[in-house]
Order: sequence, then structure tokens, then C-alpha cells
Amino acid sequence: MTWSSFITSSGPKILQILAVLVIFFGFYGIAFAAGARVQGKKQNVLALSLFLVPALILAMTGLGIPAVQTFIESFKNADSSKWVGFANYTRAFKDPDILLAFRNTMLWIIISPVVVTALGLGLATMLNKMKREALAKSLIFMPMAISFVGGSLIWNLMYQYQEPEVNQTGLVGQIMKSLGIPLQHLLLWSPWNNLFLMAVYIWGTTGFGMVILSAAIKNIPSDIEEAAQLDGASGFTLFRTVTVPMVKTTIIVVLTTAMVGTLKLFDVIHTMTGGNFKTDVLSNRMFDEHFVYLNNGRGSTLAILIFLGVLPITYYNIRSIRAERKH
Amino acid sequence: MATLKLKKNKPLVAEHGTKPFTSPIASAIVTIIALLWTVPTLGLVVTSFRTKEEILSSGWWTSFTNPSFTLENFRTVLFTGGGSLGSEGMIPFAVNSLAITIPAVVLSVGFGLMAAYSLAWIPFRFSNHVFYGLFALQGVPLQLSLLPLLTFFATGVQIGGHQILPPLGIVGTLAAVWFPHVMFGLPLVTYLLHNFVSALPRELLEAARVDGANHFEVFRKIVLPLSLPAVASIAIFQFLWIWNDLLVALVFAGGTDDVAPLTLHLANLGGSLGSKWENVAPAALFSIIIPLIVFFSLQRYFVRGLLAGSVKS
Repeated sequence: MTWSSFITSSGPKILQILAVLVIFFGFYGIAFAAGARVQGKKQNVLALSLFLVPALILAMTGLGIPAVQTFIESFKNADSSKWVGFANYTRAFKDPDILLAFRNTMLWIIISPVVVTALGLGLATMLNKMKREALAKSLIFMPMAISFVGGSLIWNLMYQYQEPEVNQTGLVGQIMKSLGIPLQHLLLWSPWNNLFLMAVYIWGTTGFGMVILSAAIKNIPSDIEEAAQLDGASGFTLFRTVTVPMVKTTIIVVLTTAMVGTLKLFDVIHTMTGGNFKTDVLSNRMFDEHFVYLNNGRGSTLAILIFLGVLPITYYNIRSIRAERKH
Repeated sequence: MATLKLKKNKPLVAEHGTKPFTSPIASAIVTIIALLWTVPTLGLVVTSFRTKEEILSSGWWTSFTNPSFTLENFRTVLFTGGGSLGSEGMIPFAVNSLAITIPAVVLSVGFGLMAAYSLAWIPFRFSNHVFYGLFALQGVPLQLSLLPLLTFFATGVQIGGHQILPPLGIVGTLAAVWFPHVMFGLPLVTYLLHNFVSALPRELLEAARVDGANHFEVFRKIVLPLSLPAVASIAIFQFLWIWNDLLVALVFAGGTDDVAPLTLHLANLGGSLGSKWENVAPAALFSIIIPLIVFFSLQRYFVRGLLAGSVKS
């Protein structure tokens, strides 16, 4: 690539970035200058319409209205031309491919959030006041900055398969060979391949759980800990009787956040197996129904099912927010 | 991420806390896990610098005893391109990623901060309802929005054969990718900033109002400067989230290389090149470099944003 081709292809895009920034800050610059002169009751209306209304319109256009549309679409056929009642839903619970996606999604929701939370809690506890705490945290936290696409490729490299008699190029294969475990095409090896995919998610998310739980642990008042120690608690007893109960809310936060994350998880499956080899999950299946098989009805139905899965957690969150706002 | 909140800046290392495990065994476990979390990335880094023949014939870890590295892969991936890499290498895709991420971050945080101020400090009827409504939208997985939003961009709004709103005319442009990010991000961004803005000292804002400042002046002179740390942490979040996104790009970049961000191109490379690691590895490394730089240079803000009140004192 030469400079001139770079400027021809990317120049307009860089100008677009600038244009967006100039328009946004220009418009609000003028609005603020003008708004500063308005006094009295009128300023509330003006401020609300410039501050709040744009955000509400964007959120409604982007999420609110489309969600309702998707709900309606889920009762229609592939090209949305006919009503089909609950046919898409009954079919979703009969189609073996979709049932498999259900099973795998359940496995994901049960296993990965628990592992992420348990590992995060264990690490946070052990790292507390350890030497080089910050370094270890940085290393474990680092995958948070890497996209799941990048992470998937990183782990593809780890999982590479070679015939047993030749040099191994995947580290996992090498370790298995050294230990004398028969080599496997790890990503093709059902149902264990689901676990190998989860490893990528766990690798990418544990840092999040660790950092949040670590802050919660550091917030435990020292007198509680000292009192427990005076009573003779130490090691695992201290962990079980003081640490865990004191950070219970945070554990729930991490657990539910990871659950919502796994329910919506798409990138890892799409990049590593494309849902083949019996690793499909709901959100990947939904994408395929919409954009590969071009079946709006079935795609929308799966989207609604994902929504129903998230719903109890949303409900729980709203309830705790209301309780908090009342204080 | 519905439950993250921003309250006040807590020190990252507190003075006290429980300390149940401090044995050599704990140190050993932590060291092993930290290594386990680093080695896969190290594998990618080392592989990027190896020749094609070496990659095919031996594991990357053998390069430590037999070092021979090359920059050729990066030259191909970044500048010359070729085959599925595209004729111009990865740089145009990086420009696309920037052209999607920067407007999306600025607009979502900008609109979010103003909305947060309105909900916290401008009294109006239904203020609470709007707040809960916006909060509830966080619970709508963006999967529900993809197709209706795409249709809306392409055909506008039609009711009973009448065109109510014309097509937006942005399909296939960068705006079609960053615009959805702004909309999807707003509920969470507004909520997080609301937690921060509503905790600003009431006396400060009221004193300014008494001195005759209206909402525009209070926002510009008091709220905006005081919110900068919160804005910084949330902007970093949004930056990483949007830069690393695949799903929105896959749907809204419409399969054209012209507006595809790095993640989308990389996912395609991983599929089409299969085991051509001499191309895939440096391309992947290139795509994670910018978020890693952002992450390590701004880690303090990032952690602060993450913690922000999900931990109650």
C-alpha cells in the first residue's frame, strides 16, 4: 500500500470522523451559547428537549421499537408475509438442531459463569495483599481488552491438531502428547469441544470477576476480620465464614453479569466453529436463521427466547435499583 | 453489565481487608494461573514473527531454544496484502475501526451525559418512569434489534403502504455501523453516568442556580468538568466494547470490505485462511494492539469504571 492509495481510500473516512465531531460539538456549542440566555420556566423545556429527548429517541429507535417488532415477527413466517401463530415456537422446541443449541446454551449458562465467579473469587482472595498483586492482576485482566475474535484465534492456535507422529504445533496437543494422552481434534471432539470453547470465554472474563470481587474484599472492614480471627478462624474457615458472606452481593453481580454475557455470546462460536460439530448456541443459531437461512420468523423467535432468558435477571436488577432509589 | 454503577473513586488498594490465604501454595496457584492467562497471547506474538515453514513444522515454543525471527509477515499483512488479506493489507480496516469507534463513543457518551443530567437534576413529571424505562432497555439483548433496525435503515417506515419516514440512506456506509452502536450503548452509558452525576453535591449545583445560572450553564461550568473522570472511564469501556464488537459489524457493515472493521475482517480471515498462521497471527496481533495500548495506559480509569459502585461500601 502506498501513501497515495492510503489517502484515496482512507482520507474520506478520516474526514467523516471529523465531520461527525464538528457537527455534534458545533450544534451543541451553539445550543449552549443560545440556551444560556434563556431564563425562567422555559429553560426546563428547552434543556429537556436538547439534553434528554435525543437520547430517548435514539434508545427507542434502536432498542424499544425493534424489540416490539421482533416480538410481532416471531408470529409470522419466513418472509413475514403470513401469520403463523405459535408455529415458530413449537417448532423451536422440536427441531433437533435448535434443541441442541438449547442444550449447549444451558451448558454455557451453568458452567461458565460459575467458573468465572469461582476463579475470580479465589484469585481475588489469594491475591489480596500478596507480593506483586498488581502485576498478576494486570496479566489475568489483560484478555478483557482483547476481542473475542482475537481471543478465538489465539486459542485456535493453542488447539491446533497434528498427527501424533509429527511435531505438534498446538501447545495443548504438545502437552497431551508429552503426558501420553491420545491426541484429539479438540474442536471437533463432541461434546467436549463445548468446554474448549468455554475456556476462551472464561479466559476473557475471569479478570472482570477478579477485579470486582477484589475491590469488594478490600472493602470488608478489618474489625470484622479481626474479630473472626480472635475467635480462632483462619484460612478456609475465615474465607467461608467472613469473606463469602460479606461479598455476597458482589458475587451475585458477577454471576448474573456473566450469565447475561454467556446467553448473548456469539463471537466465540461464530469464529471458532461456526456452530458446527455440535457446538451451536442460541445466539449463533439466531444469527444463522436470520442471515443465512433468511427466515425472519424463526430468527425472531430465537431472539425472543434469548430475551426471556435475560428477563428474570433484568427484573431482579430493576427491583434492586428501585429499592436503592427509595433510600 | 447491567449492574455496574459509578459512585465515587475508591482507592484501588485499601489499607485493610481479610487475608485468609497467604501461603506459598496460594502464591504457586496464582503464578500458575497468571502464566496460563498469558501464555496463549504469547503464543500468538511469537507465531507472528516466525516464518511460514517454521510455523508449519514446529511449535512456537521451540523458537525460544532456536530463535530465528522475521518481520516479513508484518510487511505482508500491513502493507503488501494479497489474497484474502485484501489488496491493501490491514491498515484500511484499522481506519474503518477508528471511523466506527470514535463517532460512536463520542456520541453515546455525549448524549448519555446530557440525558443523565436531565434525569438527575431537571425536575419534570414522569422523570422516574423515564429513568426506569431507560434502565429496562438495558435488558433488551441487541439480538432483538438487528433485523428491524437494518430494515428501518434500508426502507424507512411504512404503515399500510404509506411511507411515513424515508429510508435513511446510510446502508453500506460507516454511519450504518456506528449509529447502532450509539443507540445500543445509550441505556447503559446513561445509567452509569446518572449514578455519578446524581451523586454530585446538591449545595454546589443549587448555589450556582441561586447565582442565576440556568441548566445550560450549570451543565457546562459545573457538571461537565466534575464528571470528566467518570466520562473517561465510561468512554474507555465503550471504546473497547465497540472496537471489539463482531455482531453489530457483521450485520450492519453489510458484507462489504469498504466499511468492515478489523474484527470482522479478522473473523473472515480466520475462516478463509484456515491454517495460514503466517498471515492470521500478525493480523490478529495488529488488531489487539490498539485496545491493549488503551488498556495498559488507562487501566486505572478502566478499573475504576468497572468497580464504580458494583461494590457497596
